[in-house]
Amino acid sequence: MWDYSEKVMDHYRNPRNVGTIEDADAVGTAGSLVCGDQLKIYLKIKDNIVTDAKFQTFGCGSAVASSSILTEMIIGKSIDEVKKITNKDIADQLDGLPPEKMHCSVMGYEALEDAFKNYEKDGYVSLEDVKNETEEKMICTCFQVTDKVILDAIKTNNLKTVEEVTNYTKAGGACGRCKGEIQKIIDNYYNGVTEVKKEEKLTPTQWILKVNNVIESQISPELNKDGGDIELVDIKDKDIYVKLRGMCSGCKNSTITLKVFVESTLKHALGDDINVIEVK
Amino acid sequence: MDKLVYLDNNATTKVDEKVLEEMMPYFKEEYANPSSMYDFSKKSSHAIREARGKLKDFLGAKDEREIIFTSCGSESANTAIRGVLANSKKRHIITTKIEHPCVLNVYKYLEKQGYKVDYIGVNSNGELNTDELSHLINDDTALVSVMWANNETGVINPIKEISQIIKSKNQETKFFVDGVQAAGKVPINVVDCGVDMLGISGHKLHAPKGIGALYVNSKTMISPLIIGGHQERGKRAGTENVPYIVGLGKAAELATDNLKYEMTEVARLRDKLEKGILHNIYNARVNTGLAKRVPNTTNIGFEYIEGELILLHLSDLGICASSGSACTSGSLEPSHVLRAMNVPFTAIHGSIRWSLSRFTTEDEIDYVIEKLPKVIDDITKISPYQAELKALKELKLAK
Repeated sequence: MWDYSEKVMDHYRNPRNVGTIEDADAVGTAGSLVCGDQLKIYLKIKDNIVTDAKFQTFGCGSAVASSSILTEMIIGKSIDEVKKITNKDIADQLDGLPPEKMHCSVMGYEALEDAFKNYEKDGYVSLEDVKNETEEKMICTCFQVTDKVILDAIKTNNLKTVEEVTNYTKAGGACGRCKGEIQKIIDNYYNGVTEVKKEEKLTPTQWILKVNNVIESQISPELNKDGGDIELVDIKDKDIYVKLRGMCSGCKNSTITLKVFVESTLKHALGDDINVIEVK
Repeated sequence: MDKLVYLDNNATTKVDEKVLEEMMPYFKEEYANPSSMYDFSKKSSHAIREARGKLKDFLGAKDEREIIFTSCGSESANTAIRGVLANSKKRHIITTKIEHPCVLNVYKYLEKQGYKVDYIGVNSNGELNTDELSHLINDDTALVSVMWANNETGVINPIKEISQIIKSKNQETKFFVDGVQAAGKVPINVVDCGVDMLGISGHKLHAPKGIGALYVNSKTMISPLIIGGHQERGKRAGTENVPYIVGLGKAAELATDNLKYEMTEVARLRDKLEKGILHNIYNARVNTGLAKRVPNTTNIGFEYIEGELILLHLSDLGICASSGSACTSGSLEPSHVLRAMNVPFTAIHGSIRWSLSRFTTEDEIDYVIEKLPKVIDDITKISPYQAELKALKELKLAK
């Protein structure tokens, strides 16, 4: 028997916002009948605000709970706010999910993402969409999981092992043939290889986003573990100004931390020609 | 918990009061080691002998020396399979795709050790393809291994027929039968059916967990899995678990006494449950068609909904069953048995196994028949496959 939280149990017992929206502005799906869970989400959007959301789910208790709480989380929120929701937020709102069930929260996130992909509104251009216009590659053919989904899950949840990736995305959970590829994605991410590839022609805004992304996803979580944090102060072309906060500032090792860890991580991800400058 | 309707007897069973009663003295005053050389140990050594005799009768063996007590069904299977292969130079094994993991994973392990293993398939009702078996047996076949009844579907394999096929092709090939799910549900006679080795588990027939037995006929040589003392005639070292052995003996005796009830009354209640479900729920299907099954089991697929959610809602009503769905196991893949049967994807994830026992009452079955339609309806309502469900409903109404 799974150790579901009270909140998960409440949501599968009494799911909120079940059903469809006939004149929905955006509809997103994730999963499939073959894989054993599918989620369909319907959104009504007005003036960049999600005014209504409904869902239908074929899946287990945690899949229903994830879908149900997701609709509660997004109704009344702006598109920009909704787009920031990650699978981790969904799991947190449910007071956690068993590790093997984390993929249910990822499915909620994927359905939401899919809905926005299908959502078109005049004059609305998302910077994220521009950035993400790269071809996705199918990694797990058993569960139809792409490299993007795997990478997103790794970034959001700080996943380190193939087993964790399987728990969060199901990838590698059936025949297991893609486990090598998953390991490569993990290795590339932590060694920064994936980020370097399509670097050539970035606009200044994209460059800033890129730097910020590396700091937020790769450096900050590591420093957080020791009770510290890092703040991006300014970027002037290849010069990156950062400030160390909390336990790190004033720490004897802060210079070493900065030079060795922050610089090497940024260089791995962004190229060797950057300079890291600490602001006191 | 207020109400408990336990319909998961293929997972484990309630210990019969009479079994427990029989065991109690051996936890208390009769604690002697049966191997000791004083009068005090006589009672426990006699108790083991008596239990062995009961198992011999229960399984239809010729000699009580052919019975080895083990700790569980898995140990019985491991001892039989690995023990017999250690005494053979042959390297080929034939088994089925639908064996219990405690058997299947032994063969996966042996494949890595260099054995060649063929896995026979089943048809959509879960019935074994015995033609395939007869084609596969060759001079190098050391062992054929087939379960008597499947734990998920209850489908019975034709053990006697399989034995005849084996012996007609290769006299030296040994035949191991996993009898865990058949014991106490259908008559078992190892001599009549030509079985060389057969394993059972106590807790599936109202004895406690932690005791099993293995029948090995006198013509079959096995090496022990657990090496040590002389217990069980050198086939299984370790001081005898006297109270549990006594319990298994009593459980076997009671199973023989209740076999007729099992095959008539339990079967009637199972059929009533099955009919009730199919009558009231349009997206329900029996996964085994018209296959011959043990009397206590039915496996029903609920289309376009998922099994774990059904079980969670049933649990809220005090009803216990189990599912072949991926989500319940944490394995991400649905049951290997239902996949081997090619149960459609619309139904495989929503398949529920109901398994009764001689303690199941008519009131309990009526309760499930009454409560289940609403549970299924509530879950069906949130399924994204409303169009498919509507079509299914119309099809069912047209019939």
